[in-house]
Amino acid sequence: MNAPVSFDQESARKAGRERLVVIGNGMAGCRAVEELLERDPDRYSVTIFGAEPRVNYNRIMLSPVLAGEKTFEEIVINGQDWYEDNAITLVSGDPVEHVDCANRSVISASGRVEPYDRLIFATGSDPFIIPVPGKDLPGVVTFRDLDDVDRMLCAAEKGGDAVVIGGGLLGLEAAHGLSLRGMNVTVIHLMPTLMERQLDEAAGWLLKEELERRGQTILISADTEAILEKDGHVAGVRLKDGREIPADIVVMAVGIRPNVALAKAAGMEVERGIVVDDHMVTSDPAVLAVGECVQHRGACYGLVAPLWEMCRALADGLTDRPSGYQGSVTSTKLKVSGIDLFSAGDFSGSDGSEDIVMRDAARGVYKRVVVQDSKVIGAVLYGDTADGNWYFDLLKKGEDISDIREALIFGQAYASGGALADPNAAVAALSDDAEICGCNGVSKGKVVACIDAGAHSVDAVRSTCKASASCGSCTNLVEGLLAITLGEDVESGPKTMCKCTSFTHSDVRRLILEKELKEIPQVMQELHWTTPDGCSSCRPALNYYLLCAWPGEYVDDQKSRFVNERLHANIQKDGTYSVVPRMWGGLTNPKELRAIADAAEKYQARTVKVTGGQRIDLFGIRKEDLPAIWADLNAAGMVSGHAYGKALRTVKTCVGSEWCRFGTQDSTGLGVKIERMTWGSWMPHKFKIAVSGCPRNCAEATIKDFGVVCVDSGYELHVGGNGGIKVRATDLLCKVETEEEALTTCAAFIQLYREEAHYLERTAPWVERVGLDYVKSRMFDEADAVAKLAARFRISQKYSQIDPWAQRAGGDRKDLHTHIGEVRPLQMEDVL
Amino acid sequence: MIGNWLDIGPVYQIEPGMARTLPVEGGEEIAVFHTMTGDFYALVNKCPHKQGPLSQGIVHGAVVACPLHNWNISLKTGEALGGDEGCVPTIPLKVDAGRIYLLRSAVLGEKPKPEAA
Repeated sequence: MNAPVSFDQESARKAGRERLVVIGNGMAGCRAVEELLERDPDRYSVTIFGAEPRVNYNRIMLSPVLAGEKTFEEIVINGQDWYEDNAITLVSGDPVEHVDCANRSVISASGRVEPYDRLIFATGSDPFIIPVPGKDLPGVVTFRDLDDVDRMLCAAEKGGDAVVIGGGLLGLEAAHGLSLRGMNVTVIHLMPTLMERQLDEAAGWLLKEELERRGQTILISADTEAILEKDGHVAGVRLKDGREIPADIVVMAVGIRPNVALAKAAGMEVERGIVVDDHMVTSDPAVLAVGECVQHRGACYGLVAPLWEMCRALADGLTDRPSGYQGSVTSTKLKVSGIDLFSAGDFSGSDGSEDIVMRDAARGVYKRVVVQDSKVIGAVLYGDTADGNWYFDLLKKGEDISDIREALIFGQAYASGGALADPNAAVAALSDDAEICGCNGVSKGKVVACIDAGAHSVDAVRSTCKASASCGSCTNLVEGLLAITLGEDVESGPKTMCKCTSFTHSDVRRLILEKELKEIPQVMQELHWTTPDGCSSCRPALNYYLLCAWPGEYVDDQKSRFVNERLHANIQKDGTYSVVPRMWGGLTNPKELRAIADAAEKYQARTVKVTGGQRIDLFGIRKEDLPAIWADLNAAGMVSGHAYGKALRTVKTCVGSEWCRFGTQDSTGLGVKIERMTWGSWMPHKFKIAVSGCPRNCAEATIKDFGVVCVDSGYELHVGGNGGIKVRATDLLCKVETEEEALTTCAAFIQLYREEAHYLERTAPWVERVGLDYVKSRMFDEADAVAKLAARFRISQKYSQIDPWAQRAGGDRKDLHTHIGEVRPLQMEDVL
Repeated sequence: MIGNWLDIGPVYQIEPGMARTLPVEGGEEIAVFHTMTGDFYALVNKCPHKQGPLSQGIVHGAVVACPLHNWNISLKTGEALGGDEGCVPTIPLKVDAGRIYLLRSAVLGEKPKPEAA
């Protein structure tokens, strides 16, 4: 414990002044005093108590100290001489333990009693420690002060494994520092997006990719169960899913809590923080509070900028020229060298608000500005944060941006550039040899020549001179050139996938393969999506395209699935569901029928109906009962019928040669074999198959997506039929002689449709769009095309023929079927 | 203060981009949403169009697309967006120290008092 610094020679000068005591020698406490001295250096005699045995330093620069980019000396704000020059008494290493408001004095740990006229709480915040077993083990540290940094540096000297719990600002800075110091770092983050309070999904994904590229392991949606011990020291972390990660040091950086214990004990009004008014005065008029420990208008702040604003208001109040603190709009920058990240304001998006998004995949840039009522209300920038402060300024001032709306996203230089504020004017100003498309090396002159030669749409330009045909980031430039060159005559290109992108379905499918895009946020970034997280039409489409492109590798995204595919049942108009177990080829038996009957009674199915697809539909099942009814049906040997999916639905059959006097082949047997081969397959849209045993066609095979009509000499295979809104009879694809050939051709056709159709396009419109000849040429021009397509289908089936009902009945994704709680107002126990 | 708010459990119960339900005995079932940007909202679980369960819709931005007819409903105001008209009641919600709280009176379907929330 250090002796208090005191200056007897000053005592005389200080006599007669009001006594101001500050609890906390951190950034807020000292800044408050600085502001005060600036306004009136002679009014108060100041005593500062600090728990740490050192002078005041810049806590937010601890990260660079950990990373070895700065030394402690470099982050000291006020050295010993500042206290001396301003006649401030610093009591360091001797924390205040008791505040006696009645007698207006504070008492320190060593028993020092200090009377005050005005008291300032600047006690800051404490790291939040998650209450898991092992949290107190040696080797578990927080990231709050210089001692924590020393402990981390000590561990880093020995090398080994570090685990950081918490992927927020502080956690990532700690991870970066430890990684630079040579440790093998794993970050465990509870939420699916890093820094989710500051970043949206798109920026969070970019950040994760970059950190992983730098060698850190990032585990998202990971919940810590326990910290493991060996020989009395921390040895690792176990997650709730059972994974164990070795650790020589564990840094707990999940958040901070205002340090209010002392104020609470002294009788101040305390909620989450010490409650203050606009002049930073607490419930006791002689006592003020400032910094992270306060709660102002319901808000607590953990960033540095609000603290400066609070200190100004506090000093104004203490020198009798009250100004009032109005609360802060905050912005965040991550202090990890080489990663540019900025976020400010409200970027959650709402009805009145509009997102302006710009993505530049080549430079790894994502910019999103949220505008409401012609004002900037939020911004997220990744990769290029040069304009962060400009956006933040527009946001704080609430400036009307309608005049620069078009150019806003390109940044200050562009938007303020007078004539250049019109993006087309900027394109017009480029010289003829300026490069428009970097991927294909196309100059402005070439694009214009190409437009003059008759390419009057983006698509036409892409197919002739290749500009914007690869990554697409110059699409807006090409559009600008079209507008300048043609005026009103620009042809709108083929329909884009949705309003979130300028690409068509086919473009997106092609680019997913070419660029090996494997996650939805990655597709959105690389293909310049103009919305942060897509919409209800592109998300399910992307999910399907990725599932089809990367079987076994892509993890199905439940939040991008329509309700029926997420709950594996069909939603009905009253919000209940219908359940259809699979009946292979339309065959069933007494055991299955009995189980269906029992289930219908047990789960109170209000309607039991035979479907057009030769199976039985149970209506009126509640979402909570689905796993249980599936378990019962599974027990009788039945699996999901996928009656709810953009998937193989059913294979309808007639009885065929086994019973029918006209039957030519075993149509039922072939139908069962086809259904066994194709069930569980996800498709662009629903897919129906039928097998008829003779040309009388009792199974109606010629209005199915794939129909087999048996004849004496073999099997006619038909495609592209539809019995829906617009009835379409099938086209004859080919005729084969054996069941084996029929099966392989069926698999090949399905795979071609899976790989090339647009999402939500049935086979009928697909075949009409591309033409039957195209389908035939893709399947039969090359001798082994059918075999190759069928092989790809079989690979994909390896991963999709897993009964989803059995998985859910076994407890998978329970959250989708259960309520979060129940409210029963009559009992006072509210949520059960 | 806390007495006015109903603690419905930790934030991680709801995956971002998803919603979960809270039935209220004698009242309207509530859907609690967690957006991809990390915000939480609560609405009566009934689309103003044909009473579809909004909790089962696809969430994008601060909007949910109703699973029955794809109406887009604002999670912030409960209003139907685009050309559609209608509004579903919202329930005031706050998140504190990792837990989700709903305004008790709104959960119970009482008319909001002038200074409530």
